[in-house]
Amino acid sequence: MEIIELITESLQTLIRNKLRTGLAILGIVIGIGSVIALISLGEATQRSVQDQIQALGSNLLTVSPGSQSSGAVRGAAGGGTTLTYEDAKAIMSSADVTTVHNVSPQLSKRAQLTASSNNTNTQVIGVTEAYPSVNSISVESGSFITNQDVLGMTKVVVLGPTTAATLFPDGSDPVGQTIRINKNAFRVVGVTVSKGGSGFANRDDVAFVPLTTAQKQLFGSNYLSNISISAKSAEVMTDAQNQVGYLLLARHKISTPAKADFSIISQSDILSTASQTTGSFTALLSGVAAISLIVGGIGIMNIMLVTVNERTREIGLRKALGAKKRIIILQFLIEAIMLTFVGGVIGIVLGVGFSYVYSLLSQTLFIISPYAVLLAFVVSAGIGILFGWYPASRAANLQPIEALRYE
Amino acid sequence: MKKQIAIDVSHISKIYKTEVMETVALDDVSFTIDKGEFVAIMGPSGSGKSTLMHILGALDKPTSGTYILDGENVEKLSDDELADIRNRKIGFIFQAFNLLPRTTILQNVMLPMRYGGVPVEERKVRAQKYLEMVGLGNRLNHTTNQISGGQQQRVAIARALVMTPAMLLADEPTGNIASAQAEEVMSIFQTLNDAGHTIVMITHEPDIAYHAKRIIHVRDGKITEDLKNHVRTVAKKLTHLET
Repeated sequence: MEIIELITESLQTLIRNKLRTGLAILGIVIGIGSVIALISLGEATQRSVQDQIQALGSNLLTVSPGSQSSGAVRGAAGGGTTLTYEDAKAIMSSADVTTVHNVSPQLSKRAQLTASSNNTNTQVIGVTEAYPSVNSISVESGSFITNQDVLGMTKVVVLGPTTAATLFPDGSDPVGQTIRINKNAFRVVGVTVSKGGSGFANRDDVAFVPLTTAQKQLFGSNYLSNISISAKSAEVMTDAQNQVGYLLLARHKISTPAKADFSIISQSDILSTASQTTGSFTALLSGVAAISLIVGGIGIMNIMLVTVNERTREIGLRKALGAKKRIIILQFLIEAIMLTFVGGVIGIVLGVGFSYVYSLLSQTLFIISPYAVLLAFVVSAGIGILFGWYPASRAANLQPIEALRYE
Repeated sequence: MKKQIAIDVSHISKIYKTEVMETVALDDVSFTIDKGEFVAIMGPSGSGKSTLMHILGALDKPTSGTYILDGENVEKLSDDELADIRNRKIGFIFQAFNLLPRTTILQNVMLPMRYGGVPVEERKVRAQKYLEMVGLGNRLNHTTNQISGGQQQRVAIARALVMTPAMLLADEPTGNIASAQAEEVMSIFQTLNDAGHTIVMITHEPDIAYHAKRIIHVRDGKITEDLKNHVRTVAKKLTHLET
């Protein structure tokens, strides 16, 4: 009964003093909203980076020609002339290599593609039928390069979705149509599913042809740009790396690994680099969140201290009229709880809304960590209530006449 | 007729201490006020009259001496018990009115009843009755910012009366309002006094003090003169006021 009256009176007081209430709520909204938005943005970015790396395919080893010291991942080291199709076949068939699941030899170069009036310059990759399983891509329509295509050196091509859209902008089905690659006619047999990525990392702006066709008819090269290898599981990556490495050293008649004319990079190397990156990201984020919590908290503290101090005379009057200490403290506590609750809810809505709009605009993931919401709410509400209660309690403990005279 | 004692002050002193010096605000003051009296306490600023008023109002405690208000020994009480005494036995009227801003006059007058535990249904009825008595029955839902200083002081009088206290304690009640409105306030005080209310009024204005039946002069923390049976100046009576 008494508590209901207190709540009603607190509510009336808050409504009557709109400016004061509005400012206090604003302080809390900004404190909570900014923490949620910042943490959410950071986590979304972190997750995007991780996802893009994961999308490259797990269990993946990449053998590139050239020295071990080369930092290239794939594609960029196409100039080396140490890896052959026979190396790839040997890895697949050798009895010493037990941990390899599949092997995809690749030769990639840029070439001009033409379909009637449209043309594009894109990455043409000579592949075998093993490519889709190793590099985790799949075909959207039609079919992929087959073993027969590789053996028969046929002139067929599978387009990436971006390439298909560039060559056939009217939306017609490319499968069955004929395009020209460096003036040789190729029949389109399939289009792959989009894998995302953009700019230099765009994995949709490609065209796949049989490896043999690429070597003999398009680029006149007997070598490979790289060999992608999928290990049987993530646990045997190191074994796979060693087995492949020693096999290739033996085949290339090289005595010590230090003199190897190729390099093997595993996905786990990339992942560990990436997790170091995201680790520093997490540290940065925690710092930003901590700072915004402090800034928000100080804002809330100030507005509560000012508004409650300003009401010291009112507290004096209420005491003079017979209000007991407990009633006054309860009233201010209830007001502070209402302010922080309303401000907290608005802050959460705004913080989440801002993160959502940001994710739409930047095309990143929309992630809200319940932990961040809870942390922001508990800290801000705690500060709001503490600094609503503390000055009220101090004023309630003054002699009423001191409170009445307070300037 | 046997007189009942409303206020019994004996040997009260109040000493303010700072690190540098001691200031004696009240020095061994003793007097009694009977129920039904209208007393003006006069004195120049710094005389100790405000300190006396704070002690009479149970807003502050004396350094020494005893104070019995309506049969209760005040200086021994705890803070919460004092709050209760202020609520039930004293009706305050302040120079600066001290109404809650942006709040209707009805709610302002209902406030002491909330602290006094008066049932909700009764609060509005009582508040309305006393607001009508001070001539503001038609403005119940005006907020305090919408009415004049004199009207605000009348709201404060209604607020002081709702708990039917043993004494009305007015601190410079006309200090912040125009003289015509001051006359109104004095008229209300005299009407209330005629109806049996005990009124203690602090003022430094002789014109205002002359409305009382007894005038106590304070100077340098001591009572210098206690004029009983003073012939009061009768304030111009407002026709609509009745108790």
